[in-house]
Amino acid sequence: MSLRRFRALLVKESRQILRDPSTFLIAFVLPLILLFLFGYAVSLDIREVRIGVAQQDDSQEAASLAVAYRNSPWFDVTMAPEPRGLEPDLVAGRIRGIVVIPQDFGQRLIAADRTAEIQIITDGAQPNSAAFVANFAEGVRATWAAQRAAEAGVTAAPPITLVPRFWYNAELTSRDFLIPGSIAIVMAMIGTLLTALVVAREWERGTMEAMMATPVAMAELLASKVLPYFVLGLGSVALCTTLAITVFDVPFRGSILALMALSSAYLVPALGQGLLISAATKNQFVASQMALILSFLPSMVLSGFLFEIPSMPPVIQAFTYIVPARYLVPSLQTVFVVGDIWPMFWRGIAALLLFGLVFFVLAIRVTRRRIA
Amino acid sequence: MTDPAATAELDAVTRRFGKGGTPALDNVTLQIRPGRMSGLVGPDGAGKTTLIRLLAGLLDPDAGAVTVFGHRATATDRARIGYMPQRFGLYEDLTVIENLRLYAELRGLPDSARAGRFAELLRFTDLTRFQGRFAGKLSGGMKQKLGLACALVETPDLLLLDEPGVGVDPVSRRELWAMVQQLTGEGIAVLWSTAYLDEAEKCDEVFLLNEGRLIHAGPPAELTREVTGRTFRLLAEGRGRRRLLTRMMDRDDIRDATIQGASLRLLTAAGAAPPDDTQAVPPRFEDAFVDRLGGGPKGTSALAESYRTIPDTGVAAIEAKGLTKRFGDFTAARDIGFTIPRGEIFGLLGPNGAGKSTTFKMLCGLLTPTEGQGHVAGHDLRHARAAARQSLGYMAQKFSLYGDLSVRQNLNFFAGAYGLTGAARRARIAQLTEVFHLGPYLRQNAGGLPLGFRQRLSLACAVMHEPPVLFLDEPTSGVDPIVRREFWSHINGLVQKGVTVLVTTHFMEEAEYCDRILVIYRAEQIALGTPDELKADAAAHTGRADPTLEDAFIALIEAHDAEAEAAA
Repeated sequence: MSLRRFRALLVKESRQILRDPSTFLIAFVLPLILLFLFGYAVSLDIREVRIGVAQQDDSQEAASLAVAYRNSPWFDVTMAPEPRGLEPDLVAGRIRGIVVIPQDFGQRLIAADRTAEIQIITDGAQPNSAAFVANFAEGVRATWAAQRAAEAGVTAAPPITLVPRFWYNAELTSRDFLIPGSIAIVMAMIGTLLTALVVAREWERGTMEAMMATPVAMAELLASKVLPYFVLGLGSVALCTTLAITVFDVPFRGSILALMALSSAYLVPALGQGLLISAATKNQFVASQMALILSFLPSMVLSGFLFEIPSMPPVIQAFTYIVPARYLVPSLQTVFVVGDIWPMFWRGIAALLLFGLVFFVLAIRVTRRRIA
Repeated sequence: MTDPAATAELDAVTRRFGKGGTPALDNVTLQIRPGRMSGLVGPDGAGKTTLIRLLAGLLDPDAGAVTVFGHRATATDRARIGYMPQRFGLYEDLTVIENLRLYAELRGLPDSARAGRFAELLRFTDLTRFQGRFAGKLSGGMKQKLGLACALVETPDLLLLDEPGVGVDPVSRRELWAMVQQLTGEGIAVLWSTAYLDEAEKCDEVFLLNEGRLIHAGPPAELTREVTGRTFRLLAEGRGRRRLLTRMMDRDDIRDATIQGASLRLLTAAGAAPPDDTQAVPPRFEDAFVDRLGGGPKGTSALAESYRTIPDTGVAAIEAKGLTKRFGDFTAARDIGFTIPRGEIFGLLGPNGAGKSTTFKMLCGLLTPTEGQGHVAGHDLRHARAAARQSLGYMAQKFSLYGDLSVRQNLNFFAGAYGLTGAARRARIAQLTEVFHLGPYLRQNAGGLPLGFRQRLSLACAVMHEPPVLFLDEPTSGVDPIVRREFWSHINGLVQKGVTVLVTTHFMEEAEYCDRILVIYRAEQIALGTPDELKADAAAHTGRADPTLEDAFIALIEAHDAEAEAAA
């Protein structure tokens, strides 16, 4: 390892980064787009779901229940006298469910047994929304019934009262989880995609061949690729964090040190994977495809960033263990929303470094000083 | 004379790519010695790049040993090797001086020596004025010189140059040659790989490769001597010379015959009597190469025999009037005008970027002229583009067929593209398959064909619809002389049937086959004439006796530059 050659390669690489608009695009513009996308456009919270209420009964009780639905923050209600009038909207997906208050609702409520039924029709094609509509429609009814009973002076309180409290994210805003998670995605882009592209480009343009014919050691060549992109990756993390806190009001309860330690640990396997992909493909197009499929998509889908791992089928859960981002996303979310929990971080960092070691060993073995 | 110790050597080296394929290098043994310009010569696919990469330690041999400076090539002292790959290995987003600095650091040039060495190299390559320019913004010739400067930044003991002359015009090629030759005087061993046989002739020592085998190693004169007294010139003015060429090529006592402007160049079989009415000419390296390969092909073209006769309608086959193409404020071609009668081979000659491709593309209907008019077979290129295109066959530079399709699929595709269907298509494909001997290859992928067969397939697809006009874009650059002769014997035959040919080239051997040549330089036409007229012109200008077409070309360009400078 010659310090002089290494320095020369670093200077060259840094110049190329500064001059190449596409590097800038991937390292700074793309993270911004992702951040804004997850910050504003994508939300896993459900509010104001559009439903229809078919009020077949014109009794006072029925009207009161209908008002309860209309006043609920969860629903945006379209009223109709008959379910038939709402069915086309449900079929077309304009509403997610129909609450039918039947003709005899008021009568049965006043009658001796005091049991009255309502019907809830949901769109099973979207199971999550359907379950949500069913549960919350039932909830609104129960609250309404309890209130009515209280007004009538009867305490018909349910045997157990549930008062939920959500820790750390009291309002359950998904943004507070999504934005820290998207920082992991951004690092996957820079670490793997960008590195894979720039090394593959050297093979494509024939400069790798020229480099290999000089006294340069392969280790120097690889290291000169890794270091600048490591710095670039951390820079991008810093940018994203600043935006997350200032623009998106995401809480930051942990320490900068923990954030940087986690990010650095994650960049090791990301860069290693990028080097491995480019050395194996030597072609920018194939390298970018591989980086997207092997790094970007799993980080997105299998890391617990968008979908909770415990609710995945067991086979898919098993797959998540070989996705490095899986060991980063929970820790990142913790740093932002909870604070420093070092025992958790150390486990994540250890797993990430282990992945990094595997990727780098493979990359060095594949990158031989030969053309073919 | 005792030879100095070899700087590098190959001992019985074989290297294959892929299992079971023919070897790229087959049992090659050679020594490269210091202070000499060694030429590595052969057509595309002969194994030149493989050999150079083996010497640069970038490949492992399958058998045999590659030794450089007494060590295995993959483990030798790389600081002493200067290597310029085919694509120069420059970083296009770094400037000239940044590229130089990078290579200086990598090769370990001491800081104290740097300023002096850089100044020297920049002067040597005439790049001093362009230090701050990005390498990607340099012309082909300048990139090549910068590539050389990077390879020379720490004076190497072994300099490996992989086809430095490819894609570079003759003027730049000559300059580079002169630079490298100067280096051999300092005791450097130089290996210069090239497909140009005229370059080989100027080397101190030549390694001639063909299909992976070493055909000759030694001074080029040694090989040329084998054909001494067997080369002749036969004056054959006018159109009759093509028929005469065919007759000569068919004769058993003639090993090889080519057209050189208004005369034929003949190589007789060993021991044969000189042909009648000829004068002896000095032998060339190419004569000897062809002789070693078993002589040129026979002259009768089966393709031409089966081709329809193009009727003489009295209309010029190709006509250009004031053709001008501007891209923004850049003029790529200005006021180009010529008329090509039926049955003529017409050449467009010029350095890279001079505007010959632009002119060519306007006449194919691929570019719309900004001003002026073009006609092909009587069809106006502005108003009857489709009809004009249907009457021309186009063969692109390099191989432009579908490499992943089989030979038959390629033929079928082009037959369909030209509107041949049903029985007519089957008959035409069967005929072309027979003419070009493609039968055994029909099911093979076109990309994996031997070079000669790819060339044939390209031509077969271009003449599928028996067009009256053929457009050829550097059709035989890089192919071996036998394949080139076979190709041109088909063209000669077609021309006799009344086909008109427009060819662009910066390859002098191709230009010699033309009836007339238009020289394009800096977007303007600077000369038009037969090859012999251009040579005579150059002889008058430079006072050089018997100049080659390349000399004539360079003289024309220099004269034009001088005029432009005087006018400025």
